[in-house]
Amino acid sequence: MSAPDLGRSGLSTWALAIRRDRKALIGASMLALFAIVAVTGPWFAGDPTALVGIPLQGPSPAHWLGTNGQGQDVLTQLIVGTRVSLAIGFAVGLIVVLFGALVGVTAGYFGGRVDGLLSVFSNIFLVLPGMPLAIVIAAYLPSGPFTVALVLVVTGWAWNARVLRAQALALRRRDFVAAAIVAGESDIRILMAEILPNMMSVLVAQVIGSTVYAIGAQVGLEFLGLGDVSRVTWGTMLYWAQNDSALLTGSWWTFVPAGLCVALVGFALTLLNSGFDEITNPRLQLERFWRVHLIRHGQTPGRSTPVVREHA
Amino acid sequence: MRYLLRRLGFYLVAAWAALTINFFLPRLMPGDPATALFARFKGKLAPEAIDALRATFGLTDAPLWSQYLTYLGHVLRGEMGISIAYFPAPVSQVIGTGLGWTIFLAGSGVVLSFAIGSLLGVAAAWWRRGWVDTWLPSLLVFFGSLPYFWLAMAALYLFGFQLGWFPLGHAYSDDAVPGWTLGFAADVLRHAALPMLTIVLATLGGWLLSMRNTMISVLGSDYVNLARAKGLPPGRVVMRYAARNALLPSVTSFGMALGFVLGGSLLTEIVFSYPGQGYLLVQAVRNQDYPLMQGIFLVITLAVLGANWMVDIVYLWLDARTRDSAS
Repeated sequence: MSAPDLGRSGLSTWALAIRRDRKALIGASMLALFAIVAVTGPWFAGDPTALVGIPLQGPSPAHWLGTNGQGQDVLTQLIVGTRVSLAIGFAVGLIVVLFGALVGVTAGYFGGRVDGLLSVFSNIFLVLPGMPLAIVIAAYLPSGPFTVALVLVVTGWAWNARVLRAQALALRRRDFVAAAIVAGESDIRILMAEILPNMMSVLVAQVIGSTVYAIGAQVGLEFLGLGDVSRVTWGTMLYWAQNDSALLTGSWWTFVPAGLCVALVGFALTLLNSGFDEITNPRLQLERFWRVHLIRHGQTPGRSTPVVREHA
Repeated sequence: MRYLLRRLGFYLVAAWAALTINFFLPRLMPGDPATALFARFKGKLAPEAIDALRATFGLTDAPLWSQYLTYLGHVLRGEMGISIAYFPAPVSQVIGTGLGWTIFLAGSGVVLSFAIGSLLGVAAAWWRRGWVDTWLPSLLVFFGSLPYFWLAMAALYLFGFQLGWFPLGHAYSDDAVPGWTLGFAADVLRHAALPMLTIVLATLGGWLLSMRNTMISVLGSDYVNLARAKGLPPGRVVMRYAARNALLPSVTSFGMALGFVLGGSLLTEIVFSYPGQGYLLVQAVRNQDYPLMQGIFLVITLAVLGANWMVDIVYLWLDARTRDSAS
């Protein structure tokens, strides 16, 4: 758990993380690439549902990633599908954290009976298996991106509530919050002006983590046929690959690209998050400072942390 | 003991919440649930099936609270209605056919992954900045960000289809005779190998990182330094002093991870046509078999809650502090 950093707002810390940390830089660049494709892709890629050739043809100069079971171009589908897949992922990631913050921060700040009730509520949602619940709810609603986003919010907010409750609890005990309470500030103002701004870095990290979850779960639901299967997304590409028995005909190009893109986005976001952690986590930061210091003085850094140093 | 009873109470509340969600779901559909359901099945279903559907959800003209009580009564007696896809088999019977396979696959997958991942985490923390610490976490996090079922597809394509090392699906060969024989066990293991490998690979990274991070802070704590200063052998210090205590946060998240892993393993089952709950679930989704779908959700939830309680017992045994305050 990284300590709240008081001096900087979340976003400028991010900028710092990207400038200083190689991992964060790689993650951010990969993400930027996907974002460009998501925004501009549908304009230049053409119609993803057009029948362009014989079904299940391998990669060729005409179709770089081959054709799928319907004879559509896989690369075009991949490019066009990026927009919806990422949009749902980031939207759900954001909403899930907002809702989690609402529940978690309220519970942590007010404490007592409010906390007890809200904690039981979020613990129940935490322990209920998310995927089966999402499937059951989605099956009752009209299929489409909106349904997918809705069920992912319902099944995904609880973890954030738990983490953010712990953060709010820790901040609640800090002097500046106590001072604000004594000064007679209203609860809303304390929450908005004192607690939330100091949780910014955690909130942003949670949005990143939740987006990874949302993209994976969304693709899973669509793979089951619970999305709108006539719309082209990474998930429905995999749905059709499975339906057209792409595996048993050896057509790897119909399912490898979409899954790889999901993984690359998830990996990029994880890199960004861990790079961010290196900057905001004082323990890791100190350790790195110490390592650099030792190497500069011609010594080999040990396995130890600077908090408790080991002398060989 | 008080601690375990309190946890049990929480799980009962969670089970009741799941039941309540199940009851209200059909009623959340736009319009009147009964008409909406029936309209969807018009012409496709025998009148008996529609009556069964009505009976399952207690969709009558009675007031809501009395419908709710009827529904709870049915479930408590193990009556979850009639399956539409497997008409006229009752839902409980259909679920029973696949429950063992799912528990076997997901259960051993998650235990295996937890054990291997935690051991690797110990190794990564001990040989800090060695190759286990530098390369393995990134590699496994990458595997972890792949969708489960996609990893399953890739494994099936590579090891099943291209190399032919493993069978392409199902839980055992068509010509194998089920029974407690060595030959059948080997056959089952050969079929379970690939799906299990997928589950382990996809979840290993999380356990490794969690264990590594706690190990690093535990290794810097005073009692570990004391153990070292006493001149205890390093292996004993690492395993008996540090690892045992560093395991606690992982055990806590183990319970929560169960539900998550189970969700992923359901999708893996579909790829491998493994005859568990996931396979039944996708059949239910395709055939709009709502009673079966909800029955599966309920049974999986109960299984997860039960497993969580067992994790609590293990936690109590591992953590001396909770044990002392509990007795």
